[in-house]
Amino acid sequence: AVVSTQVREAVVSTQSTGVMPNLYGDIFSDLTAGLIGGLGLAPSGNMGKDGIAIYEAVHGTADDLVEQNKGNPTALLMSALMMLRHMGLKTHADKIEGAVLETLKERKFVTGDIGGTATNPEYAAEICRKIKG
Amino acid sequence: MLRHITKPALSVGRAAVSTAAAPRTKYGGKTTVTLIPGDGVGPELAESVTTIFKEMAVPVEFEMIDLNREQLKDEGAFDYAIKSLKRNGVGLKGVINRSADFRHHNVEFRGNLDVYANVVRCMSFEGIKTHHTGIDLIAIRENTEGEYSCLEHESVPGVVESLKIITREKSMRIAKFAFDYAREHNRKKVTCIHKANIMKQSDGLFKACCKEVSEDYPMIKYEEQIVDNTCQQLVINPQQFDVMVMPNLYGNLVSNLAAGLVGGAGVVPSKSYGENIAVFEPGARHTWMEMKGMYVANPSAMVLSGAFMLKHLQLHEAGDVLIKAVKRVINRGEVRSRDLGGSCTTREMTRAFLAELDAIHSE
Repeated sequence: AVVSTQVREAVVSTQSTGVMPNLYGDIFSDLTAGLIGGLGLAPSGNMGKDGIAIYEAVHGTADDLVEQNKGNPTALLMSALMMLRHMGLKTHADKIEGAVLETLKERKFVTGDIGGTATNPEYAAEICRKIKG
Repeated sequence: MLRHITKPALSVGRAAVSTAAAPRTKYGGKTTVTLIPGDGVGPELAESVTTIFKEMAVPVEFEMIDLNREQLKDEGAFDYAIKSLKRNGVGLKGVINRSADFRHHNVEFRGNLDVYANVVRCMSFEGIKTHHTGIDLIAIRENTEGEYSCLEHESVPGVVESLKIITREKSMRIAKFAFDYAREHNRKKVTCIHKANIMKQSDGLFKACCKEVSEDYPMIKYEEQIVDNTCQQLVINPQQFDVMVMPNLYGNLVSNLAAGLVGGAGVVPSKSYGENIAVFEPGARHTWMEMKGMYVANPSAMVLSGAFMLKHLQLHEAGDVLIKAVKRVINRGEVRSRDLGGSCTTREMTRAFLAELDAIHSE
């Protein structure tokens, strides 16, 4: 699809998959992150030759949030889960993901970027509590 | 019908340098403008405009030029269209589908006529259910260079190089246009959209030119934003944007994205300006070839473009009443084409606009 059509459709439809060159991918990944709640939530992976894989959050360094424990670790955490799945550790990934999604759904201990007041460590602690069960 | 709306309104306000009246062809009190319906659903949308203008009895004569895939095989057809636009100075057009020999006709159009500034205004409609409301942004796109320079070559098989051209001259020109436009329309902020962190020289030059021009307009706030962040911001908090100025490709993406936010390609008009020429066309440029001849397309964007053309011709009364009629029909939500969640045809939408024009006349 022509990228301008795809970009327009992305804001009105709920599901899409696409493969695209570098610049469009950069734009599209930020756009779709915005659609689901922001850069604090969007994970990604970079796949190369010979099975090399580097996982990272879509977001940048967020210099304005440094050393305040305010950053949302979900994006990096979900990227790590993608990595676990890549390594064949699906059970562990699913367990952690379940805890993350439940914490986000409850909204009791979520970070400021998605409307909560919890710090990064408080959010992580809640996820750990849910994993322990 | 509305036979009384024929006298041109007095010119209101001072037009900015770039949106000043272009030379006109005028015979017997009627202005001739070029109409290029284009491909796909274009002819159906053009029919909507010609029907409405006829009923409104506006003093505009259309010089209709058919440019579709078949006709474009004849080089003369395209050149004639350019001549017509240069002569008339004003045009209304749909999108021309790329012809078989890969000439980028729409791109050549803009380059040849030097319609360098494309302006897309995205405003929320009350009657269209969208996630975000209260949007009123203006995307100003440099329309003649950048990533659309169409300079590509395959120096080594399987390796294509594409040249993105950014010049100081055109960057200064579009920046000045954007600030003049903002000033003329009482807008408060201009945001330069770029990717200069990666394209340090090309987008860096564009950004530097915008910054330089901004210093001549101290009353207007100036900001810069990286394009991928802009796309994210548009879906999270689009109300933050006022006037945006950007190079060609980002303009294409941002104006399409913003159109999606306010209701889609069917409802957003645009205007393109050159030194002595103005071309009006729907803001999100797509031919929708699959639906050609089915009369399902929403004519609102094309009709609104026509209305803005009337205003450009200083026929403000006619232009304003047509804009009012279209907005009322869309906001009432009773007559809706497919893209707005309904099932009305192009012609049914046109009839609804005409009925609304009648209603406004009786008020």
